[in-house]
Amino acid sequence: MLSQVLAVTGVNLLSIRQRLGASAVAVLGVVGVVVVFVGVLSIAEGFRNAMRTTGDEDTVMVMRSGADSEMTSGLSGEHARLVAEKPGIAADSAGPLASPELLVIVNHPLRRSGTDANVPMRGVEPRAFAVHDTLHVVEGRNFVPGKNEVIAGRAASKQFTGLDVGTTVRWGQNEWQVVGIFESGGSAAETELWCDAKVLQAAYRRGNSYQSVYAKLASHDSFATLKDALTTDPQLKLTLIREPEYYERESETLQTVIRTVGFAIAGLMGLGALFSAINTMYNAVASRAREIATFRALGFGSVPVVMSVLVEAILISLLGGVIGGAIAWAAFDGFQTTTMNFQSFSQVAFAFAVTPKLLALALFYSVLMGLLGGLFPAWRAARLPVVTALREL
Amino acid sequence: MKFFPLVWRNLLRRKVRTIFTLLSVFVAFLLFGLLMAIRAGFTAGVTIAGAERLVMIDKIALINPIPLSYLERIKSTEGVKDVTHANWFNGIYQDAKNFFPNFAVDPESWLRVYSELKIPEDQKKAWLADRTGALVGVTTVRRFGWKVGDRVPLQGVIYRRPDGLPWEFTIDGFYDADEKAVDKTQFLFHYDYMNETVPAASYGHNMVGWYVIKVANPAESEALAKKLDAMFENSSSETKTATEKAFVKGFADQIGDIATIMIVIATAVLFTILLVSANTMAQSIRERTNELAVLKTLGFTDARVLRLVLAESCFMAAVAGILGLATAWGLLTLIGDPTNGMIPNMYLTPRDLALGVAIVVALGVATGCAPAVQASRLKIVDALRRN
Repeated sequence: MLSQVLAVTGVNLLSIRQRLGASAVAVLGVVGVVVVFVGVLSIAEGFRNAMRTTGDEDTVMVMRSGADSEMTSGLSGEHARLVAEKPGIAADSAGPLASPELLVIVNHPLRRSGTDANVPMRGVEPRAFAVHDTLHVVEGRNFVPGKNEVIAGRAASKQFTGLDVGTTVRWGQNEWQVVGIFESGGSAAETELWCDAKVLQAAYRRGNSYQSVYAKLASHDSFATLKDALTTDPQLKLTLIREPEYYERESETLQTVIRTVGFAIAGLMGLGALFSAINTMYNAVASRAREIATFRALGFGSVPVVMSVLVEAILISLLGGVIGGAIAWAAFDGFQTTTMNFQSFSQVAFAFAVTPKLLALALFYSVLMGLLGGLFPAWRAARLPVVTALREL
Repeated sequence: MKFFPLVWRNLLRRKVRTIFTLLSVFVAFLLFGLLMAIRAGFTAGVTIAGAERLVMIDKIALINPIPLSYLERIKSTEGVKDVTHANWFNGIYQDAKNFFPNFAVDPESWLRVYSELKIPEDQKKAWLADRTGALVGVTTVRRFGWKVGDRVPLQGVIYRRPDGLPWEFTIDGFYDADEKAVDKTQFLFHYDYMNETVPAASYGHNMVGWYVIKVANPAESEALAKKLDAMFENSSSETKTATEKAFVKGFADQIGDIATIMIVIATAVLFTILLVSANTMAQSIRERTNELAVLKTLGFTDARVLRLVLAESCFMAAVAGILGLATAWGLLTLIGDPTNGMIPNMYLTPRDLALGVAIVVALGVATGCAPAVQASRLKIVDALRRN
């Protein structure tokens, strides 16, 4: 049986050369689908990566209860100080690892279009650099507290105009000196501008108020301790959330949009390519009708015939999958861009990510397409009445 | 027409192939329709926003509110025909997933400036008179099945009631518009209700999100925008005024290349599918070169053979293509936006529809022409001998 399968499949594959045009067209169809599938989903993956690497499991964000994002939260300097004193927060020699922060938006032009975009600007205190320990200034120096100085994230400096070390920018009536560029493991923070909280409060007439307190937990399980301490304090109406959860939630909407649209488009295209794969295989079977009938007349069973057609179909689509995956990877992986995250109403930079998982999914998808595309023609080949087929053409 | 049975028999000779070719062409045009609708969704505002409206926002950031006291100063500026204002309220209806834009507006001036909104006269009257009333776009109304008179609570995220409870609104009316690109998802309510409920000292009191200014002479929009900005220069809230078109375009630019990239890849692949099906269609005619030769032997002229072949390929392209476009149109009309309010204005513009039909025709002609011309160039004897 196996030897029969191998023999028929071998003959089949060798004869592809005579049907090169039709097979190439089928491959092309699959390539197209895979490129779209991988390309569109790599946007969602990349966005997710940027948001996910932003969060540290043991860092929590404390915000006003009911606030759906940092942007809509707010708490007074007094309350921020109270939060820092609560149990469950890690400490070092300089005190508790808690960082009250202020997040605003400034209008600043995008490089790609020259039009203004909502750039997030974060005011922090020196403790912030102990809490966000993945953040490092890689060019220039850190800002000096009390001065109108900002450091820009690597992505912000790439995506927006005029944010290089040494440049001066003007927002409203305030002038700021860009003194450094920071990196933070490719996270969403790299789209932000950081400066001294006190200076930002004054520039934005925010009094002594903040929007959130970032705190490092003493241990992974201290979450409950801190939560109890915050909720039992009658002075505070605050809520807390682990950082990764927050960023996951923040990226939900955009991911849903990309995925809904992406899957719908890729799905429909898959259908289109499936139909052309079926057509190609039908043609292949039809043009080999006499050959197949000869095999059958020689005593080959119908299973090897079915297998040979299926194998051909799967190989064609697998080839398409590999080529498509490679093209998508070369074209999209690492492509840097920014978009507006509606949930935070500000820009987030991210890089398209063609992940191995995505490529595996694409290959699976293309094999499935080949299998489905080959099924009907294979069945037809197996049922071809030997005598008619031999007479055909 | 008398040769239609011949064309028909030809289509039926390989039923399976015909069916699958029809199906893939159908899918291709269905996709084309959907993609164009998505593209229209991303740029909808830009196409209708006119130059006769200016949008004024805070110079530093869109989220910073500007004083309500600017209203009178703007109104009395020469060249300003009308002015209204709005605040982004960002209220949540039951769950954050139920997103729809909700604005606190000045109802009378808002309806004057946005004269394209169509509201039944009695509902309009009711809304203007009801301080806690809301006017809702028909898309959002359909989404939640609201009726006039329903009470709708929105949890304030930016603006909070002193008692911390959700804000209660009564649905007084629905708005619609003839122009498809008008956003019909908005939830509009009285600015006064919000402003008087928010405590005087807290965020947003006597402040507005943005002003919309109707200009008397659209040709002077740019100059007027400059003049208005100059008026508020060096004040505590400097402003940035631009035409509504520029404002909406800037917003679309912020969303960025994602939409463009998706559409570019998808269009490329769309044409791959078309190419693949065109190849199959042409192939089915090429296979019959000797039959075409027989027809010519029987006295059919080259032109008639060409017409026959074209009739066949155009018939296939038209049936599948038009059906695909129609299905896309039907889906968009029935289901609308699948992303729950993120791309509210997905629809097929007449221009895109015409483009689709043009591609259908081009497909039919291109796939039929090549083999037919090839066949007509052949000598009958050679053609008969082929195979």
